[in-house]
Amino acid sequence: MNTLEITKEPETTTQLSGSQAVLEALLAEGVDTIFGYPGGAIMPIYDALYDYNDRLKHILVRHEQGGIHAAQGYARTSGRVGVVFATSGPGATNLVTGLADAMIDSNPIVCVTGQVFAHLLGTDAFQETDVINITAPVTKWNYQVTDACEIPTALAKAFHVARTGRPGPVLIDITKNAQLQLFAYAGYQPCNHIRSYRPKPIVRMEYVQQAAALINEAKKPFVLFGQGVILGKAEAAFKAFIEKAGIPAAATVMGLSALETSHPLHVGMLGMHGNYAPNVLTNDCDVLIAIGMRFDDRVTGRLDKYAKQAKIIHLDIDPAEIDKNLKATVPVWGDCKETLPLLTDLVTRRDHKEWLGRFRELEQAEIKEVIHDELNPTSEVLTMGEVIRTLNELTGGDAVIVTDVGQHQMVACRYAKFNQSKSNVTSGGLGTMGFGLPAAIGAWYGTPDRTVVAIIGDGGIQMTIQELGTIMQFGAKVKILILNNEFLGMVRQWQQLFHDKRYSFVNITSPDFVTVAKGYGIPGQSIRERKDLKQAVSDMIAHDGSYLLEVMVGKENNVFPMVPQGSSVAEIRLK
Amino acid sequence: MNNMEKQEYTITLYTENSIGMIGRISTIFSRRKINIESLNTSPSEAEGIHRFTIVINETEEVVRKLCRQIEKQVEVLKAYYNTNDEVIWQEQALYKVPTEVVTEKAPVERLLRQYGASAVVIRNDYTVFETAGHREEIDALTDALAEYNLIEFVRSARIAIIKDSEGFHKKLKEFEETEPAEEVVENRYLNKQDKVFTM
Repeated sequence: MNTLEITKEPETTTQLSGSQAVLEALLAEGVDTIFGYPGGAIMPIYDALYDYNDRLKHILVRHEQGGIHAAQGYARTSGRVGVVFATSGPGATNLVTGLADAMIDSNPIVCVTGQVFAHLLGTDAFQETDVINITAPVTKWNYQVTDACEIPTALAKAFHVARTGRPGPVLIDITKNAQLQLFAYAGYQPCNHIRSYRPKPIVRMEYVQQAAALINEAKKPFVLFGQGVILGKAEAAFKAFIEKAGIPAAATVMGLSALETSHPLHVGMLGMHGNYAPNVLTNDCDVLIAIGMRFDDRVTGRLDKYAKQAKIIHLDIDPAEIDKNLKATVPVWGDCKETLPLLTDLVTRRDHKEWLGRFRELEQAEIKEVIHDELNPTSEVLTMGEVIRTLNELTGGDAVIVTDVGQHQMVACRYAKFNQSKSNVTSGGLGTMGFGLPAAIGAWYGTPDRTVVAIIGDGGIQMTIQELGTIMQFGAKVKILILNNEFLGMVRQWQQLFHDKRYSFVNITSPDFVTVAKGYGIPGQSIRERKDLKQAVSDMIAHDGSYLLEVMVGKENNVFPMVPQGSSVAEIRLK
Repeated sequence: MNNMEKQEYTITLYTENSIGMIGRISTIFSRRKINIESLNTSPSEAEGIHRFTIVINETEEVVRKLCRQIEKQVEVLKAYYNTNDEVIWQEQALYKVPTEVVTEKAPVERLLRQYGASAVVIRNDYTVFETAGHREEIDALTDALAEYNLIEFVRSARIAIIKDSEGFHKKLKEFEETEPAEEVVENRYLNKQDKVFTM
């Protein structure tokens, strides 16, 4: 068995404790913010933190799940690694939902968990749990440190693995004795190579050339873009590609904001509650170019009826994604920041005006059937869509939109305008209710100069409402916009459409959110009338600090269009 | 053999020798509800590199996807899969039988001879034989000995040598380079594009 290789030869050494070495590693990696919660087994690290308070900002969350979601929000808006501290046992198990979320949505996260003394491992000691095995399936990598000498190397490896290639969460579990142990510290050496780890495949020109040939011959090419464009920091290269090739492009939920919503080639969002045109025309295009996305079942609908007529070009950094769900005609493996410019060079400048017109025609049908009434309702009750429209009008599309999970999430993703990248923070793959509020806190720390609006349902807010305490204590200027339909709306919608309206436990009551917020020192108001909407949203945005706005919306409104489960994307329902 | 048909595949992994590797590898199978028929870990021809030999019964497509998922593990260097035609493989078995059965029953001696079993330990009360070979041969001998008061039986996991492999020494050197050769970084299936990437 080999432990971590300690690469640095001690030249000049100082005696440091393992805990100090952890914090030195964070400083060396450029970390400025930690989200965490102390406890018995991580006390030495917190003790050391006392002396690093001037250089490392620690945000005390109210629950470890809130801590990791905050780190995810931070990673998503800043493009940097989010860092989390938690103690052993329950502290560590409370991270698991966030790890799973970060794993499926490729967020770069480093979690440091305390662990009981090494000699107590396996003895069912107080707050001992097998964190490494519990988290193995939901981490990109994890490692248990029992000797302080390994700490610099373990953390260097953790940051390298978390942020390179397809990013993901990493967990380092450090026993209490290793945190306390003094050792000869020889400085911090960042990791840039692990022999068993290849973050990205080398680009092979022959496939780029084949892809370009297919694109140049295509009459109805169609681009699908995902978060890979954002993670690869390839937004400019992406835009240059679609503009030169003149190809309409649609976003996955995770890809939103990689291309500004107003771009003439942006034809909307894919998937179950995506836009009509990109879903229908997926089954009409001749070449489908997927960039940094993974053909999730919510995007493809019924796979055996998905884009069967099209040749598929798949650009992805993760070899395991190619051919996983959809067979690729041409696999363009690699970092899209490298592959896209190569592809752009080889494609001929085109203008698929007529084909783009097809998207715009179908868009008109969707506007007529769905969008117009959702955004400009004449009903007495407010709709979620008009709240988002009002928000767009007042922010101009410059805000960071963080959502929770459910109907409000789909409505926000459908209608929110984005002017710049890294502006949409949502739990896409795992669909974690309770994600929104803590993620918004982290999102604000990731970009404190921007307006951060957390759009959350009445169900989701109650899952992590304790994080209002974090806002109260540390002053994150998060705008909390609760869209309250007095139901667990998405489940209710399914029960209505597919279970004969048998509403089984979707009727959820809520506290007086404004009063709850007030208890945390956060001002707010609740409205239910259209005449108050614009002023209320305006007040929320204008307030210098966190603010909670509850908007009572139609109880039984549904999100449309919708691709029913088991249907093909072309069978998308407008009502 | 049709790609859609299930058959035995031998998966060979080259990994770092770190704690928890078996767990990390085995959950990749169990998450997909795929049974591991046998699993062997051992050192490999390359110093410091561990070798896993895993046997599963699956379609080519499933095995290919599994290998890609396995290669995503940070501590896995390479995953290969092969059909039975492409490997030389063996399993080992140990049999404990009463010594009197061997000395007194002629058929038993014939059986042992026939299957090439050799005695490892001979005592007054029992004798331990070992044999190595394919599963079918071992199973046949086990069935036969069952009639003669077989006291204990154990069979090892499969170990296998890939017929057209050059070993891992060269690959390991390439992996250790910061700027690796194309072949190392690429998934080997890329070179079989016609076979793999079909519409």
